[in-house]
Amino acid sequence: MTTYPERVLAAAGSGGAPALSVSHLAKRFGDRLAFDDVSFDVARGEVFGFLGPNGAGKTTTVRTLGTLIAPTSGSATVAGLPLTPENALEIRRRIAIMPESPGLYLRLSVRENLEFFADLYEAPDPTERVGRALRAVNLADRAHDACGTLSKGLRQRVALARALLSDPEVLFLDEPTVGLDPVVAREVHELILGLRERGVTIFLTTHRLEEAERLCDRVAILNTTLRSIGRPDELRDQLFTKALSVRTVALLDEPDRVFGGLPAVDGWRPDGSAGYVLTVSDPEVAAPAVTRALVAAGADVLSITESRHSLEDVYLELIDEEKETASR
Amino acid sequence: MRMSTRRVRAIVRKELREYRRHRSVVVATAIFPLIFLIQPLFVVFRVPSATAATLGQWHLLLYMLAIPVLTPTMLAAYAVAGERQQGSLEPVLTTPIPREEFLLGKALAALVPSVAIAYGVYAVFLACVVLFAQPAVAPAVLRPSDVVAQVLFTPLLAGWSIWVGIAISARSSDVRVAQQLSLLASVPLVLVTSFIAFDVIAPTLGLAVGFGAVLLIADAMGWRIVAPMFDRERLITGTRG
Repeated sequence: MTTYPERVLAAAGSGGAPALSVSHLAKRFGDRLAFDDVSFDVARGEVFGFLGPNGAGKTTTVRTLGTLIAPTSGSATVAGLPLTPENALEIRRRIAIMPESPGLYLRLSVRENLEFFADLYEAPDPTERVGRALRAVNLADRAHDACGTLSKGLRQRVALARALLSDPEVLFLDEPTVGLDPVVAREVHELILGLRERGVTIFLTTHRLEEAERLCDRVAILNTTLRSIGRPDELRDQLFTKALSVRTVALLDEPDRVFGGLPAVDGWRPDGSAGYVLTVSDPEVAAPAVTRALVAAGADVLSITESRHSLEDVYLELIDEEKETASR
Repeated sequence: MRMSTRRVRAIVRKELREYRRHRSVVVATAIFPLIFLIQPLFVVFRVPSATAATLGQWHLLLYMLAIPVLTPTMLAAYAVAGERQQGSLEPVLTTPIPREEFLLGKALAALVPSVAIAYGVYAVFLACVVLFAQPAVAPAVLRPSDVVAQVLFTPLLAGWSIWVGIAISARSSDVRVAQQLSLLASVPLVLVTSFIAFDVIAPTLGLAVGFGAVLLIADAMGWRIVAPMFDRERLITGTRG
């Protein structure tokens, strides 16, 4: 059971239906299983990260929830509507998908591309909508440029503007920063953070773990089946024991006597020339006790910090676990 | 199902803009009208004054009906396969446009320039014959029944070619393959119009009415027949669900 961040709970309101609710969803192409038994909820206003290696089924999940392909089994509710062929048009009215490839009409200008999509969505006041979308992605001054003359990063921004035209309830972003240099990727991050502040529900598939950690309220890790789901810190807690990293000027003479007697410390091991890693159940309780014990032992303390595992550690741990299981 | 004229218009407008700016589409669209304009003009201007009346045994205007058969195949074949090839199909399919509207927009976008080009070429041919050919040629070539048939059959033949081209385009992943197959599929129709033009098949009123009715029904049914062939899942993933 995962908990939602406070920001998401505030955005979702009390008792609101989730923006996405997926139950045992599966998709099979002939003999090939794209994804299987996928279940999760995404609250309104949440930024939900969907991580997984190549071929894990991320894009197929997005396409399935976006009504582009039909699930083989399972059920889902998208933007408040059951995922059925009859609801496909209405679901597509309420959501927007930014595919991995921008898929722009390169011979048309930025504005012509956006006007075309505004018409497909039957957006009221399309000129105003297009202008607003262009301003949102800082492209108002390039409106009359042919898309074929734009850089990859700018094309990605046009694709994001296109996804914003319909004011979607749920926005699916499929690898929005793939192939972009760090500067442009950061610009796209800023745009996503801006949408997050406006309360747009975002379903983000990505390979970039630092991106997910920075942008997402919760993440799910998929490798054909759902491996784990939760807030990044929850996943860290599930997979890794908490630890304090202690650095001193010199090695302690009797580290077992210093650390072994502390109830807040479950275990310890040396780490480098003058360092120790202490396994603890609560770093906030353990750190002051460790500090006092070190000072009492006459140690010169350089630092006591909580060891933090990145989302990348979590991801690699889960994927490695799966590989080990598969090889057995 | 409510048809959104705004969405259909948007597709038509977008397609026409793309055609105009796509050099290979412009060239491919211009080739057949030029061939089927130059050939009859060559015949008309080479015939000696004394034998000009012999042109009356043929129906050169009907020979030019190959233009509305062949020209739209280039555009229709590009309709779906072209979008797929440039990666723009998936974003369009994520919008709330029903496939019927999408296909109708694509068909109209191919029909409008094809018919306009055909009528334009006919006008050039007629002007050349009236202004520059031997005096005996014009009465032999410009028979009112042929002109009426040409005007009426042009959109009907173009419609048929467009639906065949779109059907092939929806099942192809490569534009060139789609264009070649569409051209191949239009050969029987070109043969029929050519046989009629050279009097191998006698052009009677009954034949015209029957042929026209068949084409009209085929054009009206084309949309209904082609729509189910437009499978979103197969177009996006390359596999059937």
